[in-house]
Amino acid sequence: MPFKSTVGDYQTVATLETFGFLPPMTQDEIYDQIAYIIAQGWSPLVEHVHPSRSMSTYWSYWKLPFFGEKDLGVIVSELEACHRAYPDHHVRLVGYDAYTQSQGSCFVVFEGR
Amino acid sequence: MSKKYDAGVKEYRDTYWTPDYIPLDTDLLACFKCTGQEGVPKEEVAAAVAAESSTGTWSTVWSELLTDLDFYKGRCYRIEDVPGDKEAFYAFIAYPLDLFEEGSITNVLTSLVGNVFGFKALRHLRLEDIRFPMAFIKTCPGPPNGIHVERDRMNKYGRPLLGCTIKPKLGLSGKNYGRVVYECLRGGLDFTKDDENINSQPFQRWQNRFEFVAEAVKLAEEETGERKGHYLNCTANTPEERYERAEFAKELGQPIIMHDYITGGFTANTGLSKWCRKNGMLLHIHRAMHAVIDRHPKHGIHFRVLAKCLRLSGGDQLHTGTVVGKLEGDRQTTLGYIDQLRESFVPEDRSRGNFFDQDWGSMPGVFAVASGGIHVWHMPALVSIFGDDSVLQFGGGTHGHPWGSAAGAAANRVALEACVKARNAGREIEKEGRDILLEAAKHSPELAIALETWKEIKFEFDTVDKLDVN
Repeated sequence: MPFKSTVGDYQTVATLETFGFLPPMTQDEIYDQIAYIIAQGWSPLVEHVHPSRSMSTYWSYWKLPFFGEKDLGVIVSELEACHRAYPDHHVRLVGYDAYTQSQGSCFVVFEGR
Repeated sequence: MSKKYDAGVKEYRDTYWTPDYIPLDTDLLACFKCTGQEGVPKEEVAAAVAAESSTGTWSTVWSELLTDLDFYKGRCYRIEDVPGDKEAFYAFIAYPLDLFEEGSITNVLTSLVGNVFGFKALRHLRLEDIRFPMAFIKTCPGPPNGIHVERDRMNKYGRPLLGCTIKPKLGLSGKNYGRVVYECLRGGLDFTKDDENINSQPFQRWQNRFEFVAEAVKLAEEETGERKGHYLNCTANTPEERYERAEFAKELGQPIIMHDYITGGFTANTGLSKWCRKNGMLLHIHRAMHAVIDRHPKHGIHFRVLAKCLRLSGGDQLHTGTVVGKLEGDRQTTLGYIDQLRESFVPEDRSRGNFFDQDWGSMPGVFAVASGGIHVWHMPALVSIFGDDSVLQFGGGTHGHPWGSAAGAAANRVALEACVKARNAGREIEKEGRDILLEAAKHSPELAIALETWKEIKFEFDTVDKLDVN
């Protein structure tokens, strides 16, 4: 097989699990994902961590899981508040599922530097 | 009242056809599709199946009277026509729980699909479904970890997992093999997989493979910041060699091993699964030989039975076919048995091939693995059919990318995440699949090239084994 000049070089990227291969979401797209979490009956939860510790199982909770919260605006303002308090941290949104004791959804909204 | 010994041959139906019987919650129930020899009445065929798979033999024997056979015998309690088939009929049989050793799938199958399948009065016989009673399920070990523990260990949430089998499946040296693993994992896959044919051949002995793979997994984790794994196939010629390989995988700090549960055998599988639970290892299960047993619509064992048996014997991931790829599998039927792997209760639903209500109680669930002839264009359908609790595995669809495996892996990961994101946002991903993929490809040259490469490939053959409908 002769070499084709159209072959590209794939550069390894450091990613943060789910949605790590998509471009950053717009505000509206984040709203859609929060709406999905709430519609599934899951509790929204905000977590953050310093990038040096991003592979650890436990990230710090921002406050507590927002049990029963149905207002999208509240979740967005908590995400932003967390980001303001820890500007150099990764901040992720989790849809916590108490039935399975697992996370139905989990993705990073703000990347720390 | 004591009975009298009357030597000779009785008709099976005198003893084993009991249409008035109401099955107990503790009975193990089975549905067989029977095709009798010409001229043999249905009741006699069905009763013969009940007899030969439980307490009966062809002749009356004196020693029957030393026990209370009415307590132990299997009973055929219902016969139904098979829709669209004039010859075959369903026989529903109830077996008392005490016919089986606690927790032994091997024992259940030895009884239910033993001698009876060679019985001359039958032309064909197929075990369609088993209802395992809760009293039996609670004696089985089940998956060593289950779906949610696996998610926690691997840190994968809110989407299907992504994997691929290393190709070429035979003939690579250990170091070259590790290279391909590294390429796939650095490109964005969660798992890579040993092909089932890879055990410990002259071109690549198992220690050598395990060591190079472990290095590849570690490097990929460091570079990507994500958790990775490779299913190290521990299937071997003897249980001793298998445990030796499993121990070494653990020693290398690997998260997951692999076993072939049909060629390896149920006893072997249950043993390895218990080892995994004890040693904190995930267990991926391959199903080589299944199509020999499950593909013929009138003879053998339906895969839903083999899938139920695997959940009881133990495994964290099981291959289920893809519906859309190169291998056999009807959509409704596949949905029916992936429910059996993952749900805690599955209601009777003939439109999905489930003949009984099946309560799984607290038994952990098993990831459904879709693998075989799938590529990026299938992604919207796969996410829609299989949902999040699945592992989607693209072999040719990863390594066949014009830029190589890492770019192929990235293309699949972008496609997967685009579909999940779109689904969550309320879009109908099967209908809008094309648009979703093309939009995502704007940000990913790897995906754009993959879409171009596989745009013409389809596997549209009719399935051989279909649900019985008019």
